[in-house]
Amino acid sequence: MPGRIQSVERAAAILNLLASGNRRFGVVELSRFLDLPKGTVHGILATLQHIGFVEQDRVTGKYQLGASLLHLGNSYLDVNELRTRAINWADSLASRSREAVQIGTQHDGKVLIVHHVFRPDDSAQSLQVGVLLPSHATALGKVLLANDPSRDPAEEDWALVTGLTITDPSRLEIELAQVLVAGWAQEIGEAVDGEAAIAAPIRDDRNLVVGAIGIRGAIERFSYDRQHVRPELVALVQDAARAVSRDLGAHRG
Amino acid sequence: MTTMSYIAAIDQGTTSTRCIVFDVNGSIVSVAQKEHEQFFPHPGLVEHDALEIWANVQEVVQGALDEAALTTADIAAIGITNQRETTVVWDKATGRPVYNAIVWQDTRTDSLVKQLGEMVGPERFRERTGLPLATYFAGPKLLWLLDNVDGLRERAESGEVLFGTIDTWLIWNLTGGVQGGRHVTDVTNASRTMLMNLESLDWDETILTRMNIPAAVLPVIVSSSEVYGLCAGFLEGVPVAGALGDQHAALFGQTAFNTGDIKSTYGTGSFLLLNTGSKPVQSRHGLITTVAYKIGDAPAVYALEGSIAVTGALVQWFRDRMGIISKASEIETLAASVDDNGGCYFVPAFSGLFAPYWRSDARGVIAGLTGYITKAHIARAVLEASAWQTREVVDAMLADTGVELSELKVDGGMTANNLLMQLLADALDVTVVRPMVAETTSLGAAYAAGLAVGFWPDLDSLRANWHRAAQWSPAIDEERRAHEYHYWKKAVQRTLGWVENEESTR
Repeated sequence: MPGRIQSVERAAAILNLLASGNRRFGVVELSRFLDLPKGTVHGILATLQHIGFVEQDRVTGKYQLGASLLHLGNSYLDVNELRTRAINWADSLASRSREAVQIGTQHDGKVLIVHHVFRPDDSAQSLQVGVLLPSHATALGKVLLANDPSRDPAEEDWALVTGLTITDPSRLEIELAQVLVAGWAQEIGEAVDGEAAIAAPIRDDRNLVVGAIGIRGAIERFSYDRQHVRPELVALVQDAARAVSRDLGAHRG
Repeated sequence: MTTMSYIAAIDQGTTSTRCIVFDVNGSIVSVAQKEHEQFFPHPGLVEHDALEIWANVQEVVQGALDEAALTTADIAAIGITNQRETTVVWDKATGRPVYNAIVWQDTRTDSLVKQLGEMVGPERFRERTGLPLATYFAGPKLLWLLDNVDGLRERAESGEVLFGTIDTWLIWNLTGGVQGGRHVTDVTNASRTMLMNLESLDWDETILTRMNIPAAVLPVIVSSSEVYGLCAGFLEGVPVAGALGDQHAALFGQTAFNTGDIKSTYGTGSFLLLNTGSKPVQSRHGLITTVAYKIGDAPAVYALEGSIAVTGALVQWFRDRMGIISKASEIETLAASVDDNGGCYFVPAFSGLFAPYWRSDARGVIAGLTGYITKAHIARAVLEASAWQTREVVDAMLADTGVELSELKVDGGMTANNLLMQLLADALDVTVVRPMVAETTSLGAAYAAGLAVGFWPDLDSLRANWHRAAQWSPAIDEERRAHEYHYWKKAVQRTLGWVENEESTR
């Protein structure tokens, strides 16, 4: 185990003290309680204030826990909340693209389908909510993988799902790098024979990717050359992803 | 985007005003929303500032146009859907309301309505207007204003002031206000006044006379889909061409045009409407008879309406009062963590039971509690309560009409809850279908306006726009369903007679 970092421990001690009651503390009080030089305490407080973990009262100059620290513990976005916020835009995407819409989040290394809108042609379809899809073979999964710094494509085994699935880690890495730059992913016959898909990321108020929204349908409708998907479909998916992100509080751009 | 045109729908609701712009496929192009203030001068009284509502309408319409980079020239017509029964009286010369709008939830007409029952007779009201004696309806609210605002009756008789529900107030303002605004109300809103005769679709002379309401204050009753007038000033030149009460608009947006079609809207409470075709059906099971819609000169279509006071409100209670969840959507996560209700049932008779029981002495219970029950079982019982209450209203509708239910069309915010949708399918033993646009209320208003200006040619073109976005099929067997319904009804019995004298309600 590497050595402990003193300044992190001291910052934690300050936060613990601020959390201990509902009163505010000044620099002098904190340095006395913690037996630390005032300059050290002040430096730590300034840093914590900068990242929003503490707030300073303008009148008294005393410190209290900051709003973003309180937000930290419950910032997990419930998948049912995601569906509630996305439902109108998912409907709109389905009716404009005339394709089925899926919204997915990461779950156990796979893509969990949390919302599904039928293709608007009134053919018999069944609800896919709750289904798990392979990340590397699907457009939704590629968007989520590309935006997840904790996953290294070189360190995982990628199974062949169809003859067209990308299983070579270095090829997958290149593809994911492209997805990150382009802001969308495609899938052509890689998860289901004859099916293509397009997906784009959904971001929350911290601009973190919390899910992906996309459309899925027959390759013939998605691509003329089986290499590239139609740009007008990509634009519809990106518009929908931006609209949902905006509803979740993500910044424009 | 200049050659295409769009329809804007104004949804003026109880807590907020929205504008949604739709394209020719009925897809949402943009949305803007703004909440307005609720005034509670005394317990039981609820008022709105009608001028604030009018200002918000202009703001959200402009907001929705801006969001999609549209101008007035892109809008083919504007349609209105509104909170029903909320009553405004204003000065014809200044456009200023003489009093705050009295909101449908306001109970100040309680004793007035009882007097009317004695004077006119409850059966006469029901036969002529389709409505039971209750505080919601607009006519008695107008009567209260005439009797309580100084000098208003004289001004009403001399034609200085105008009465209307929110549709009327907005159409008058949109079409010019003091400079020749049209004073009209659509037939669905008029059917919630207790003043309109359901057969003639005109103000009922007998009721007006008995209630002593001067005809000069009343708007002209028009259809739900025709050009009422052109906007003047704001949105200059855009036709105002459709208006429907919110629940009627939802039925229309669901394209429930056939006799026997049922829609159910899941919000704070829930409203089921059954299309009964060209004849009003009198209910023997506590349902309301109402006008579903009327398209231009075509005959009116009628509906039976059943309301459930507490559905989404129970989830809000679970969140705000119990604090067990922090967001309404988390109820699904919690409820889905168990396979069943563990034997517990939650009957949310918070202010008595509505259709089909109509028992004001009932209060809520959670029945079947054992040491085994967790918060997750109760969360499940919360959702099941919406399903079983729906079943009871549907049973009442079937008993009144003999119609066979083939599927239930659902809409409203709670349709995002997949578990609730499955529980509905299980309780009703029919397929539950969510349409592509869950915002059917706004869509219905857009459809009514679009039909009137030829943006859509006919009802069939609207049907072609309707697509299923998702559907849920029954997944439990008849034995289990019967068992659960039996215990639900048993739990309902436990709620009855709780309040022993009327004074101690609340």
